Amino acid sequence: MPTTSVPLSNAKSGTHIRLNRIEVQGVLRRRLLDLGFVPGNVVEVLQKSPLGDPIAFRVNNTTIALRKEESSLIFGDIIGGETS
Amino acid sequence: MSRYTVALAGNPNTGKSTLFNTLTGLRQHTGNWAGKTVMMAEGEFSYDKTTFRMIDLPGTYSLYSNSTDEEVARDYIIFEKPDVTIVVLDATSLERNLNLALQVLEMTNRAVVCINLIDEAKRLGVRIDLQKIEQRLGVPTVAISARNRIGIDKLLKQVKLVASGQINPHPIHIQYSDEIERKLAELEPSIRENLGSQYPTRWIALRLLDGDESLLSSLKKRMNEVTPDSVREVASYGRTACH
Repeated sequence: MPTTSVPLSNAKSGTHIRLNRIEVQGVLRRRLLDLGFVPGNVVEVLQKSPLGDPIAFRVNNTTIALRKEESSLIFGDIIGGETS
Repeated sequence: MSRYTVALAGNPNTGKSTLFNTLTGLRQHTGNWAGKTVMMAEGEFSYDKTTFRMIDLPGTYSLYSNSTDEEVARDYIIFEKPDVTIVVLDATSLERNLNLALQVLEMTNRAVVCINLIDEAKRLGVRIDLQKIEQRLGVPTVAISARNRIGIDKLLKQVKLVASGQINPHPIHIQYSDEIERKLAELEPSIRENLGSQYPTRWIALRLLDGDESLLSSLKKRMNEVTPDSVREVASYGRTACH
């Protein structure tokens, strides 16, 4: 596993992240996969809400907001945008 | 005059219901399926001296996340076995939509892929290589605009060809990792033994590996209903499982 891997919850707005690991389990895992949170796919961090949670992501041309509980279990490598 | 059943599957907001209304006009009512209180619209249309009964399945992103909508759509395709399933895709977000298409193609080979909103995609500068998509998916693929009645005739032609068996599509076979393939090969013989060939064996094996409880309970319910033959099978299955 690459050491540069960060959880989506830690990335700054504007960052592009190539996913490499989804550690969410159960039915929600399936749901996230269906929505495009798949290893290899690129996700853009759009914006954080005022209190930092939830965070809006752009995936497969769709905006999806995730709570920290989930986004902290999705990992990837930063490939563009601002570095965190 | 022959009569076929056509199911419409697709993500929400892909224009499934627009296509449904375009084809059936006002001749529709809602149906209640598989013991669930989810309503599906049902209607009829004729094409080329053939009557088609069309069922508008609930719009879903997947058939595996086990929401009631998804269970209803899944159960319809597996247990009611429509003569053709039309998978409606949104031309402007194909990547997300193809997830459902691949899931349907693992369940049935009697499918037609229908890429809707093609005019909208053109306007956005999206170019779609229909031939290539058809080649990769292995089922007839048509581009339409349900709203502006573009491509409807081409779609119906393919639907009839598949329904009548004049075309027998061979959808893309998804190859999994060696470990999964090994387990599938282990499971498939006993699935065939217990269920015969009435359901897609490989797909059932995949669902079992995934621990899909909801499919299992649907299956059990079905097996306890239908013919005396399958009831006997259930009984012997129960015995082996207990001891």
